[in-house]
Amino acid sequence: MSDYILYPGCSMEASARAYYDSLKAISKPLGLNLREIEDWNCCGATEYLSVSKTPAYALIARNLALASNQANETHSVVAPCSACYLNLAKADYYMREQPKLGKTVNEALAAGNLHYVPGSLDIRHLLDVIVYDIGLDSVEKKVVQPLTGLRVVPYLGCMVPRPDYDHHWSDHEFPVELDFLLKVLGADVVDYPLKTECCGGHMPQISPSTAFEMLRRLISTADERDGDVMVTICPMCQLNIDGYQGEMNQFFGTNYHMPILFFTQLMGLAFGIEPKELGFGLELVSARNVLDTLGVKAPPETPPAPPRRPRKPEGLPMPTPLTKPQIEALKKEVVK
Amino acid sequence: MTDNIENTSPSDAQEKIGVYVCHCGTNIAGVVDVVQVANWAAQSLKHRGVVIAREYKFMCSSPGQDLIEKDIKELGLNRVIVAACSPHLHEKTFRTACANAGLNPYLCEMVSIREQVSWVHTDKVAATEKAKAAISGGVERVRHHVPLQPIIVPINPATLIVGGGIAGIQSALEIADAGFHVYLVEREPSIGGHMAQFDKTFPTLDCSACILTPKMNSVGTHPNITLLTWSEVEKVDGYVGNFSVTVRKKARKVDEELCTGCGICQEKCPKKVIDNVFEAGLGYRKAIYTPSPQSVPNRPVIDVPNCTYYEKGTCKACDIFCAPKAIRFDQEDQILTLNVGNIILATGYELFDARRIPNYGYGRLPNVFTSLEIERLTNAAGPTNGNVVMRDGKTTPKTVGIIHCVGSRDKNYNNYCSVICCMQSLKFAHLVHERTGAQVYNFYIDIRAAFKDYDEFYQRVLDEGTMFVRGKVAEVTDVPRNENERGKLIIQVEDTLVGKQRRIPVDMVILSAGLEPRKDSKEVAKTFGISCSVNGWFIEKHPKLDPIATMTEGIFIAGCAQGPKDIPASVAQGAAAAARVLGRIEQKEMALEPVRASVIEEKCSGCRICNGLCPFNAITFHEDRMVTEINPALCQGCGTCVAACPAGAITGTGFSNDQIMAQIEGLLMMNIEPEAVTA
Amino acid sequence: MREEALKSNTPWICVSCYHCVVRCPQNIHIPDVMYTLKDMAVQAKLVQDSTAPDFSQTFVDMVEEYGRSFEMGLASRHYMKHFPLRLANMMPMGMGMLARKRMNLAPTRIKNMKQLKAILKRAKELEAKQ
Repeated sequence: MSDYILYPGCSMEASARAYYDSLKAISKPLGLNLREIEDWNCCGATEYLSVSKTPAYALIARNLALASNQANETHSVVAPCSACYLNLAKADYYMREQPKLGKTVNEALAAGNLHYVPGSLDIRHLLDVIVYDIGLDSVEKKVVQPLTGLRVVPYLGCMVPRPDYDHHWSDHEFPVELDFLLKVLGADVVDYPLKTECCGGHMPQISPSTAFEMLRRLISTADERDGDVMVTICPMCQLNIDGYQGEMNQFFGTNYHMPILFFTQLMGLAFGIEPKELGFGLELVSARNVLDTLGVKAPPETPPAPPRRPRKPEGLPMPTPLTKPQIEALKKEVVK
Repeated sequence: MTDNIENTSPSDAQEKIGVYVCHCGTNIAGVVDVVQVANWAAQSLKHRGVVIAREYKFMCSSPGQDLIEKDIKELGLNRVIVAACSPHLHEKTFRTACANAGLNPYLCEMVSIREQVSWVHTDKVAATEKAKAAISGGVERVRHHVPLQPIIVPINPATLIVGGGIAGIQSALEIADAGFHVYLVEREPSIGGHMAQFDKTFPTLDCSACILTPKMNSVGTHPNITLLTWSEVEKVDGYVGNFSVTVRKKARKVDEELCTGCGICQEKCPKKVIDNVFEAGLGYRKAIYTPSPQSVPNRPVIDVPNCTYYEKGTCKACDIFCAPKAIRFDQEDQILTLNVGNIILATGYELFDARRIPNYGYGRLPNVFTSLEIERLTNAAGPTNGNVVMRDGKTTPKTVGIIHCVGSRDKNYNNYCSVICCMQSLKFAHLVHERTGAQVYNFYIDIRAAFKDYDEFYQRVLDEGTMFVRGKVAEVTDVPRNENERGKLIIQVEDTLVGKQRRIPVDMVILSAGLEPRKDSKEVAKTFGISCSVNGWFIEKHPKLDPIATMTEGIFIAGCAQGPKDIPASVAQGAAAAARVLGRIEQKEMALEPVRASVIEEKCSGCRICNGLCPFNAITFHEDRMVTEINPALCQGCGTCVAACPAGAITGTGFSNDQIMAQIEGLLMMNIEPEAVTA
Repeated sequence: MREEALKSNTPWICVSCYHCVVRCPQNIHIPDVMYTLKDMAVQAKLVQDSTAPDFSQTFVDMVEEYGRSFEMGLASRHYMKHFPLRLANMMPMGMGMLARKRMNLAPTRIKNMKQLKAILKRAKELEAKQ
């Protein structure tokens, strides 16, 4: 059993309930033991920092302090929501790197009889924990119903792979973690170059025209590349692409129907869990096509395709991509 | 301010010490009361042996030095203290002055009251007291100085040059033409370096091979040059004038004497491999190969990991078709020992790996190329015979974007400017337009076209219709936002001169990647005993005034190994290094500073703690006698071993334990009140 | 230039996607600059278009009252003030969210609101001192 402290975030209770339900459903097969922080509060998203600095960090730090009170052997806090993850990681990092801020925030926390030692907790995102701690091999073992024939578009959003202070992710702009996970679940992963482009965040509430254009780019590219469903790790991204797709279609006169699900929901399907337990039906742009695709093109007994003879390469040779160990070695050498 | 110098014992000194305090204009005099200090030295240190104390505006000037010389001759001084700037600057000046007056130069000691006093403190009273203390320390120390003679070593007239690029080739030719022997060691099968890969060179657009190959041939046929290609230096022993270098001549698997360079083996070899070195990964070579048709020496090499014979025991096509029967499958590496007097390192650069920048798409988007790939593409002997085509090998691009500063001037990758990329980008702009008629865009931050005819070349490229956009490119993407962009690579950039964001669709993107040091430069530096900067460039003795020497005597650096530079600068540096070496050879022998560590053998217990500490490999251990010995010619007098020895068995001439203890005593004789010291 | 800079709406359009900071060759932390500009603009009362700062302030008000974000309250207050005409278009989405219980009609409160209020009060005092 892997033990983690869970920081759910406000959206898990309401707008991203599908994420929460599916996370609970897959925790058992993955051996993931999640203990919620007692009486956690909102992390402030990007809003509190826009109003004032110290109170914003104090707001976040209360959760860190409560988590460290609850930590016995485990020091890892897992946050499924990208904005919460970034806020927790950022607060911890800044309190470490800027002792003055750390002191000030702890002074504020002291008014509530709390204290947080910067660096004492390891802040992780849920995807990071699943891919690297639990491991893709363990995930593969639990797959009973591979997602064969389903073309999935991996969309991570902007807040997780950046700024990545503690180097958990393979790349700032084209990370491979979600791609590998979906491949292991048996899906056809679409090569999606906008996988870390911002969905707009709170932009629908500020400037609808800007917001809709940002959403249109994401959805149209996914559609052009024949994606059946977009898969994401962030509640805000899911809400924007799912909730505002209708208004966006109206604005541009388009007719896109691109469902977007949480990656935990697809993991649950692959593990053979009932769709209802995974929050299917909660999305506004229906993901019925996903279930249909999987129902019809039922996988396991298809005979493996005969091995293809490697083709003679045409044109000029391409350079090979860097491997993760190479990237790590190069990152260490960067002189700041 | 009272000083507690004991006025008790009469001077046990037969030493006659002269103290000279320099004003250094206002550099010292502005903070330290030099007149007071000189007077104090004359009065209060009289019983410590000070016969005369003077102050003067600029001690390093001729009149200043004359003061010292006059006093030595007239007053019979036998020790001199100059309280002035840092010894790094003028120790030699004052030592020479003493020598001119007939006094052994090592009886002169400098005390720094500029770098260590006037330049770092603002409290004038305290600074003056500190200057006095420093002089007192110097006086006590110099009494323990003994006359020393420099160590004379002979210079072997042979020279080793490591690296066969343009800088190494230039050095080799200069020295060989002067009549002395040169060993040129090159890691690749042929000399020529990166310059051999280029098509044209800026700004004259000379064909690179046409100007390089005559020099390469001269090297290949020169009676005074021993060319060792496919070889690497493994170990360097010895010291300036007497280096003993171990070189591994890797097995080519071809008998160089018998081989005629006909090239049939390469034709018949069935195994094709991507050439990642010479063709920059864009073309192929065989398992038995010469890097290019103009290789010097024109003898192929077998790439053992990729050769079918070594893998499976079959094939042997090269052997079958070789007329003089020159293939030797079981040839072994040879270990050679070369004795040389001087070494020049000209190992060159590597290209920045553009895969590290994800937003430029190199390695992910097919039609993004690096500068070296384009050099090969435009080269008439390259994989496309000089046709500028896209990754499919066929299509000619209609618009091309060239991005400057890829991996350079960037805190995320390399902080420095790589010097040549702007000119190289302009060259590509010209060549691509000339060959394809395409519309070319250059995306720059600054145009660095500093040298002769460089800016004129920029004007020419402007006149040819190249579009220049001032802005660092944010990303290269294939995701279209409208129909104009479909099927193209879009460069997203802020045009800072216009003040707008632009998305420019192009067919092909060229990344002017920066220059980086060789991946193993730190190991190489260690082998040769020189220093490497944090980035990996070899460190010169003085960045302004001595870019070719290193802190290690006898080892010189030239070309891009010292830092990014263009071909004329590499040639100049190579020639300069050669000139320095020739000067040394002509002198036939060299005087080394006698300030050295030495082991008092009776005290050495054989613990060997010092053995691993020497940065100059000067320490050897005698197993038979269980004592350590320090080679005085290699030792630079850094003092590490002296400090490390637990038995105190190592002492330094010029920095003996007695001298240092005396200096400390002298400093402490001046009791400086704590309140006075503020800065 | 100070007034011009603080009146600009650029920082309010920033969504904190952090693309800029990972690419900046001088490692300037641009998102933090944006946050600071927003803070300063609010303090100096120089904000031109109040849509974004109002949204942030409303969000903050909810959090300071309940300890959790309250989307229903946030959306209704914000849209009433700034996008009243959009409310009609948003009906399908709003109803859809309510029907699927993805939006709560009543706010959730944390238990120890007193503690949070004390912490935030002290934090504001410390912020004012800087």
